[in-house]
This record gives sequence, C-alpha cells and structure tokens, in this order.
Amino acid sequence: MRTNGRTEPDRAGSADETSAPSFDAAAAQAIIAAHLGMEGPLLPLLHALQDAFRCIPGPAIPMVADALNLSRAEVHGVVSFYHDFRRVPAARHVLKLCRAEACQSVGASPLSAAFLRRLGLAWGERTEDDALSVEPVFCLGLCACGPAALYDGEPVGRLTASVLDELAERARRA
Amino acid sequence: MTRIFVPRDAAALALGAEGVAAAIAAEAARLGEPTEVVRTGSRGMTWLEPLVEVETEAGRIGYGPVRAADVAGLFAAGFLQGAEHTLRIGPPEQHPWLAGQTRLTFARCGIIDPLSVADYRAHGGFKGLERALDLGGLAIIDALKASGLRGRGGAGFPTGIKWSTVRMAEADRKYIVCNADEGDSGTFADRMLMEGDPFALIEGMAIAGVAVGASKGFIYVRSEYPHAFRTLGQAVEAATDAGYLGPGIGGSDVAFTIEVRLGAGAYICGEETSLLESLEGKRGTVRAKPPLPAVQGLFGRPTVVNNVLSLAAVPHLLANGEAEYAALGIDRSRGTLPVQLAGNVARGGLIEVPFGLTLRTLVEDYGGGTRTGRPVRAVQVGGPLGAYFPAHMLDIPLDYEAFTAARGLVGHGGVVVFDDTVDMAQQARFAFEFCAAESCGKCTPCRIGAVRGMEVVDRILSGIERDKNFAVLDDLLAVMTDASLCAMGGLTPLPVMSALQHFPEDFDAGRNREAAA
Ligand SMILES: Cc1cc2nc3c(=O)[nH]c(=O)nc-3n(C[C@H](O)[C@H](O)[C@H](O)COP(=O)(O)O)c2cc1C
Ligand code: SF4
Ligand code: FES
Repeated sequence: MRTNGRTEPDRAGSADETSAPSFDAAAAQAIIAAHLGMEGPLLPLLHALQDAFRCIPGPAIPMVADALNLSRAEVHGVVSFYHDFRRVPAARHVLKLCRAEACQSVGASPLSAAFLRRLGLAWGERTEDDALSVEPVFCLGLCACGPAALYDGEPVGRLTASVLDELAERARRA
Repeated sequence: MTRIFVPRDAAALALGAEGVAAAIAAEAARLGEPTEVVRTGSRGMTWLEPLVEVETEAGRIGYGPVRAADVAGLFAAGFLQGAEHTLRIGPPEQHPWLAGQTRLTFARCGIIDPLSVADYRAHGGFKGLERALDLGGLAIIDALKASGLRGRGGAGFPTGIKWSTVRMAEADRKYIVCNADEGDSGTFADRMLMEGDPFALIEGMAIAGVAVGASKGFIYVRSEYPHAFRTLGQAVEAATDAGYLGPGIGGSDVAFTIEVRLGAGAYICGEETSLLESLEGKRGTVRAKPPLPAVQGLFGRPTVVNNVLSLAAVPHLLANGEAEYAALGIDRSRGTLPVQLAGNVARGGLIEVPFGLTLRTLVEDYGGGTRTGRPVRAVQVGGPLGAYFPAHMLDIPLDYEAFTAARGLVGHGGVVVFDDTVDMAQQARFAFEFCAAESCGKCTPCRIGAVRGMEVVDRILSGIERDKNFAVLDDLLAVMTDASLCAMGGLTPLPVMSALQHFPEDFDAGRNREAAA
C-alpha cells in the first residue's frame, strides 16, 4: 500500500504544537479561486495550499471539493495517495534524505540510520523543538554525487555524518 | 570583460557551486577585474563539479572541482588568462572523458546560458522547428521513423509510430505530454537537460505539436526536482516572449503553448497512464491498456506521451538530418543514448554515446572503477526495475535487445555501480520494499506480492524453512511477472531474480549472520 515503507507523518505530533501558519479560510478561498481556470487544477491547487499552510489543512478539503465539484472522499483520496501532501505541518525545516540504490551504494543506509538515531527520530518524524523533519525520498537525481539530500529544497551531495549534524544544527538555530 | 562560467545544475549546487559563484564575484570585485559570471548547466563531469570555465583567447579553459576556498588562489595564479593550476583541466571538450562522447542531445548542455534564447539560437537552436514547419506533419513523422528513434523513457517504443497514431486520431483537441518524472535511481539525464538546455525540450514538444496537430503541451516534472521545475517555468516564459510558443510559433500560424506541472512524490506517476491520471487531478492509479494514450489519453483525447530525452532528441535529428542519426548505434538501437553513470564510481556523470558500447567500457574506462577503490561487484542497469549484473558480465553492449536477452533492461540508461561490500540479498529485499512503497495498489500481485516478498526474503536470511521459502519466492516472482497490470509489479522480479541467479551466496543464512555480527 502507498503508506508502507514511508512513515505517515501524522503520528509526529499534532498541528497545534507547531509554528505553522494557522488556517485562514479567506486565504484558502483565494488560492482555490486562483486555480479554477486550469485544466486538471487539483494537484497545482494542493501544492499551493501546502506552500501556504505547510500542510493540507483539514478544513480546506470540503472547500476544495465544493469548488471542483468533487466529493470530500475524492479529494481525500488524492491527498493521501501522494507522499508529498501532509495532513499535519512539517517542522520549520525539512531534510529529505535519499534512500535509493545509487545512494545506498555509497553508504546512505547506515549514514541515515545513525543520524536518525542521534536525533532520536524515525523516518518522517520531526524534532521536539519543531526545528527539523527528516523524510525519506527515493532519488533526487544527484546519484553521481551521493549520498544526497534536499535541505529546504536545496541540494546537498556527498553527505557525511558531520554535514548532517551541521544541517541539524542550522535548523535548530533558525 | 572576462566571462566566467559556473554551473547552476543541481548536482553542481549540491557540491557547492553557489558559494563558488559568490566567491568569484567577490574576488573579482576586490581585485577590480572586469568579469561577468554566466550560470550554465553541467557538462556532466559530475566528479569535477563545481567545474568553472574561463573564456580566454585560447577558448574556454576548465578548472575543477573548485571550492570557494580555492577561488582567491585561482585568481592569484592567473586563471582569468587560463593559467596553470592544480585544478586546471584545460579545454573541457578535449578532456578524454568528453572527447570520446557523441554529444547530440547534450551538445549545448553546460556550454550555453540555459535561459538565453539568443545563446540557444547561436548554437543551432530552433533549426529543427524551422525545418518541421517547412516539412509539415506527415514528412516530420517519416523523418522520425527513418531516424530509428525509440523512446528513452524505458520501453523503447518507436517514437515515429507513436506520433503517427496520434496524428491519425480524430479529435477536437490533442495533447503533447512530456514525461519528466524521472524516478529511476541512478538517472539524472532528464534533470540535467531541463536545467541545462530547456529550450531543446520546448522545441521538441513544439515539433511534436506541429507533427500531430496538438496545440497544448504539459511537462510533468517530479517534485524532487525543484530547480528543474523553476528553470522550465522561466524557459517557457522566455520562449513565449520570443514567439516560439504562443498563437503563431516561429512566425507560422501554428499555435502551441506549454504548461509546466509538478508531481507530488509518487514513483508510479512515471508510468504514462498513471501520469495522465495525475495531470487530470486524480490518484495516480494505472489505467488498463488499451485504449492507448495515443488514442485516448489526457482528458480522453489523443495524447503523445514521451520522455524528456525522446523529445529533446528531435530538434537535433531534424536539423542535422535523420540519416546522420540513424547511422549511429547498432542493430535496432539507433542514435545515441545518454548514459548516467552513478553510485560507487570514481568518475560519475553523463556519458552520451552511440548504442553498442559495453558496460565494461563505461564502468572501467569512463568510470575509473569504484569511488572507494574496492573491486566492482555488481552493476544495476535501468533503475529499480533493472537487473544487477556481476562484474564478469560487463561485456554486454548497450542495446535494447541485448539487455533483454541478458534478462535485464536498458531502461532510461542509469548505470549504478556497487563495490564488494554490497549485500545482494539486501538489494533484493529493497526491490520488494520499494515496490511495496510505490505500488499504485490497483492489482494484488504487486500490492500484496511485494510485501510478501520482503517477508519471504527475511525468512530465508533468518534460516527459517529455507527450501520451502525459496519455493514460495519462485512462485511469487512468477505471479508478479505474469499477473501484474504494469511493469512496476511485472518487473520488480527482475532485480530480485538477477540477485538470486548471479549472487546466490548472499542468500546463505550463515553469511548474513556473519555480516550482521
Ligand atoms: C513503473 C514505471 C515507471 C516509469 N517511469 C518513467 C519515468 O520516470 N519517465 C519516463 O519517461 N518513463 C517512465 N516510464 C515509461 C512510461 O510509461 C512511458 O513508456 C514513457 O513515458 C513513454 O515515453 P517514450 O516513448 O519517450 O519513452 C515508466 C514506466 C513504468 C511502468
Ligand atoms: S503492477 Fe502495481 S503499480 Fe502497476 S497497476 Fe498493478 S498495483 Fe499498480
Ligand atoms: S539514488 Fe540518491 S539521488 Fe539518485
């Protein structure tokens, strides 16, 4: 099933513990309205909502369903299918660590396992201070300079334990 | 004014290119040297990234890998004049690693400013579209068929035949969809092209539009590629401003526009029908075929779905003649293949060569063996659904049919090298784990089989009823191969079977207990 092998982020704490922007129905409505003219608007719309709220807020789902003439279950089905869409906000910073074969060949698996252990996290969880979420990803197209990661969307190659620790420290500070 | 070229390709950025560009600008300002820093794509010599090039009287001179801390020293050594330095590699195109390649699709990548229409035109850009507008649909497709171009996304289907089906289909509208989901581990050629020469893809899509009578295109880019996504958005805007997209492309009366869309983290959305579902705003479940997307694709309309590299190959082969393209390669694999050499390899990167080169040439001559310096033990070709080959089988030529005969696949051309510390039973287990995580869930052999596969491998490795579990594994692999709706479930057995066949000793319970101890 789609949730196997990649941890459901839901169990990593509830939305109110985070510093994520709180839900704003008017802002959500404006985002929805801006996408209605597109062909097949649902994915771009969900991305825009997540950019604004760091997750797909529960109250936005019926609004999206109404606007696109879909059932809530259909919208929910789409949100839950894709690994990117979160139902609770990520931490302030997100580190995506590659778990795929080319990175495995240069030691990514033990490197990630030890890093998660140092932080006391499992895949998909976030640190208690809401500084960093660590998420698995399968290939970032940086396979000739692995082990690879994306830190808040910025690529990092030839990862080592000390580079990972520096990233965690950077997340804590900002 | 000296021009200095610094890549903005994601791999170069991952190795520090942004800091290098900033250091160069700062040092030039401090010294009062009039310079201009031009950001380019990557030449594909990833192990030399960040590779900085300086325009001198003797042509471009490369230095790499450059760290920000090296920059002051480079200026002091006189690198603006192309002077000697330990990091100097000379003219990049004369570097043996590049000199032996046949760069057609990647001819401009790493050389031009990816967002400059003028630069693109100065390097032969939009000549293919001009010829296409002269030829018209039927003749474009004939040229494509004569070139022998086959889809680079994995299945190797002849591109000309696909376009011809869409052209013949009657409908109120048709679509061109570019598959830029590039999910295979060990592949990054699509990403490099989108970041380093996006107009080549745009031009290829426009030609496809002219050929089949479609006026709208979509590029579906995976969300793991935020830089490629941004670059494409800017390139589409620039091409529109220059009149190469819009109501009358290239001065003709043919309309063609492109929208760039972001995936959402699902490997299966690289499968073409799942991708179309996703574009329509649905869960990315695979559709049964027929109907083919060429007949009933996006929103039920006839749709060309092609990989980035298939589309980006078209401008060159139209501009330079399909015969030149067809003259390269072997047997039914014509033209060039952009190979991506990755993993545990000393000199990884992008190698565009005619079909027919052997894996050994790639791994040993280009790659220089492993990065760790240990012996090569296994090479996986074609992504997570591709086979693992042992070191003694590296004489297979790059050729779709030869790989099929060796019970593997060329796929999207990813070659991942492993040294002798690899545990092939764990790689086999991972193939199942990946399939379990990324299955679309539509059919049982794939959805349930992958989870069962992991369990069975675990039991074998723990020494539990080994003979019985090997038999269960064989059955499972047969059912997945025969009864899956798409290649996700259908080909996951390939890496597993290759591991079992070529590395049986790794499935020995004793060995793994030792390794774990
Ligand atoms: C599980 C799976 C994943 C795939 N992933 C990709 C991909 O990431 N990119 C791609 O171009 N084709 C991918 N394909 C192949 C596409 O279904 C399709 O054959 C291809 O986009 C057609 O374009 P081409 O003829 O230019 O190769 C995948 C197929 C399967 C079964
Ligand atoms: S084989 Fe797997 S991915 Fe393909 S349709 Fe079946 S369940 Fe979906
Ligand atoms: S396998 Fe890790 S970046 Fe491709």
